[in-house]
Amino acid sequence: MATRGLETPQPGWLDERLGLSSIRKVIEHKAVPLHSATMWYYFGGITLFLFVIQVLTGILLLLYYRPTTSEAFESVQFIMTRVKFGWLIRSVHSWSANLMILSAFIHMFSVVFLHAYRRPREMTWFSGIGLLALAMAFGFSGYLLPWNTISYFATKVGTDMAASVPVLGPHLARFLRGGEDVGGATLTRFFGFHVAVLPGITTLLMLLHLGLVQRFGISSPPKLEGKPIAQMPFFPNFFLRELMAWYAALAMLGTLGALFPWELGEKADPFASAPAGIRPEWYFLAPFYTLKLLPSHIWVLEGELVGLVGFGLLAVFWASLPLWAANRNGLLRARWATGAGILLLAYYSTFSILGYWR
Amino acid sequence: MTEGRRSLVGWLLGGGLVTSISSFIYPAVKFIMPPNVPEAAVNEVVAGKVQMLKPYSGAIVRFGNKPVLLVRLSETEWKALSAVCTHLNCTVQYQEKTHQIWCACHNGFYDVNGKVVSGPPPKPLDEYAVRVRGDEVVITRGV
Repeated sequence: MATRGLETPQPGWLDERLGLSSIRKVIEHKAVPLHSATMWYYFGGITLFLFVIQVLTGILLLLYYRPTTSEAFESVQFIMTRVKFGWLIRSVHSWSANLMILSAFIHMFSVVFLHAYRRPREMTWFSGIGLLALAMAFGFSGYLLPWNTISYFATKVGTDMAASVPVLGPHLARFLRGGEDVGGATLTRFFGFHVAVLPGITTLLMLLHLGLVQRFGISSPPKLEGKPIAQMPFFPNFFLRELMAWYAALAMLGTLGALFPWELGEKADPFASAPAGIRPEWYFLAPFYTLKLLPSHIWVLEGELVGLVGFGLLAVFWASLPLWAANRNGLLRARWATGAGILLLAYYSTFSILGYWR
Repeated sequence: MTEGRRSLVGWLLGGGLVTSISSFIYPAVKFIMPPNVPEAAVNEVVAGKVQMLKPYSGAIVRFGNKPVLLVRLSETEWKALSAVCTHLNCTVQYQEKTHQIWCACHNGFYDVNGKVVSGPPPKPLDEYAVRVRGDEVVITRGV
């Protein structure tokens, strides 16, 4: 006869129906390694938080936005000037998009420098790279939606770059533009990509990414392998700290959105010249500046094509990092990955700064 | 014999599955690609009155749905070139100070004949024929 003190607690009504106790068990066992670089672990969560902000503010903007060439600019203008706090919601959406990509970049480079991509987390890396590509696609498609001069020419350049891809390029450009040139059909398509296609794919890939993080746990740097590492319980210790980081991110968003409202610019005119000082969003500045520097021809090839093939190869090289950063026996080539990370970071930041100032 | 039958059934089922999935995907893929909408062929447009441009100045005018850069080189001399940069499709502009055509997107320069002077554009700008008819400037496709 069991004594009262040793009885298994009876599950509650919700516990019984949702199996909450098993979720609780998983969370209770989850731990975060504590070392000098633990702070970098917060950036994955911050990126996720900013994505949620994007979804929420995006839903609010959808209530007023109209995706046609005759109404898009005016509807954003209406949001910013007539709708109460419309300027703030739009500004937060734009700032949050940029901070989300910045946070994703920080997260990616921290994964590289802490060598968290290594076996068995290769798929986590690949899904993360896919999510970064999707975030940039969100940025590219969302940039056109206000239908202003800068966004119009950025889309012309971007879709023309797609057209330069060997063999499939012209089909890809037609698919993106919805016709021969950037126009109303492009705006409708980009709107569809931005609010339906990309969120759907991103949600699925994000679930896979988070599932893999859960499955394999949080990686410790290789130099600490085999040594006893202090652990912090994920819940509530790390989770509460992460909440503080989210709150700080929210404060930063509110401050930036209020003090530096995102400008709308001039309405796009397909029969106007590209204005001086035109440049894309900061995360496309490095390739933009590189294309500016390339001569019209390199040997017998057009400079633009050489640039695009170069960017393509660089993307494949970077995405496949876990494959070449380990030898045949699975041993880590940490220096290769660190070196490549430093070189990429140096190229990306230097060319972005030059692209901004020149 | 049984193995052979099993393999045949496998091929038939697999083939049927692939065919049926293809028949679902094919219309969706075709739907995604925009249809070819033939544009009304424009061979000639009246760009405006002669007085609209003073000598050594330029403006973008419509030629069907394409932008064309019209430049007045002197009192009597005109030039019309495609305003679409041959590098990455931006719309160029005439710079009165330097008498050159400039693309702001990637800093490409052309001379007033459309020839590349510097920067990344790989090809010259296409040229259109210009004539003055009465007090109107008329642009025609091809030179």
